[in-house]
Amino acid sequence: MERIPILRMGEFLLVTIQVDMHDQLALTLQDDLTNMISKTSAKGVLIDISALDIVDSFIGRMIGTISGLSKIMDAETVVVGMQPAVAITLVELGLNLPGVITALDVERGMRLLRERVQAR
Amino acid sequence: MSALSQRTIEAIRKNESQLLASWSATLDASGASRDSRISHGEFEGQTREFLRLLVAGSSTGDAASIASNEWSETRGFLEKLSRSRALQGFDSANTANFIFSLKRPLFDLLQQVYADNAAELAAQTWAISELLDGLGMHTIKTYQKSREEVINRQQEELLELSTPVVKLWEGVLALPMIGTLDSQRTQVVMESLLQRIVETGAEIAIIDITGVPTVDTLVAQHLLKTVTAIRLMGADAIISGVRPQIAQTIVHLGLDLQGIVTKANLADALSLALKRSGFHVSKGG
Repeated sequence: MERIPILRMGEFLLVTIQVDMHDQLALTLQDDLTNMISKTSAKGVLIDISALDIVDSFIGRMIGTISGLSKIMDAETVVVGMQPAVAITLVELGLNLPGVITALDVERGMRLLRERVQAR
Repeated sequence: MSALSQRTIEAIRKNESQLLASWSATLDASGASRDSRISHGEFEGQTREFLRLLVAGSSTGDAASIASNEWSETRGFLEKLSRSRALQGFDSANTANFIFSLKRPLFDLLQQVYADNAAELAAQTWAISELLDGLGMHTIKTYQKSREEVINRQQEELLELSTPVVKLWEGVLALPMIGTLDSQRTQVVMESLLQRIVETGAEIAIIDITGVPTVDTLVAQHLLKTVTAIRLMGADAIISGVRPQIAQTIVHLGLDLQGIVTKANLADALSLALKRSGFHVSKGG
């Protein structure tokens, strides 16, 4: 079955979405990520969606849900690399994703993650 | 029966040069042919061509239905003519007058030809009048369409022109907005700003609304959308140029701009942006 890989980098987890998301894939990612966080007790999660250029309301909500999930499991989450078209679509769909922390690219996202983890 | 009789067409063909002369005289009298935007030679060519097409069209087609195939060449000529008139900046009356001023010479001619037959004269006058009216209307319709095309193109150009995204500092973009914000403009502005953020990797975007005349609920909603989209991409937005009247309107309307950083002018916004990116500005010497 198709899966989105979750990579471990020290105390952080790295999720890179390289394929078009569909609903089942999103649900699997949610399960895998929560399991992984509990297994590795990661302090932070970085989700790179720079290759994602089509979203619907379900995937949009999923981004918010994953962010909320990992926060509850005590891991800071940063979403990086959202494409302009995706951002516009989400806003037009009314998905403002409050509480989701964002950064422009992976490098800045990592820096932000380290800062936030250190500040705790 | 509104078709032109063979006798009429024959008369027009025979008296072509005389018709052209009096038509030009009528046009001259109205001042249409003395315009500097169009040369006399060009004008004469157009009158001759139109008369030729008129004869050709009415000898094959029905004068009452200029939408039919037989008139397609005439229609094409008139479309070209009115389009060029529209581009040259002539007004609609001037363009229509080109056709309508042919009426008097033609009526004079008919009067001579049918001097002995009043009933036929009336019928032919009516037919020609109807035909020229139809052609005139067609000209006006095309004229209006070309004018609308010009206006649409200008609107699009304006849309593109009025949304420049400028780089103020390393990692700081500014977007000076000028004019009223509607949905379409917001869309264009949002797209170009977000695209520039991706290209430059700027972390802070300043939207300056000094040039926006009024802020109502709709404009505020558009601003909120833009700011949210910028945040989703991982950059920060600052809105600057909030004039006193605009601040009052926003508060009176009860608009919720929570979560949006607003500054009174662009300088304040830039200094905040610099501070956030860790730059210090100091006076030398």
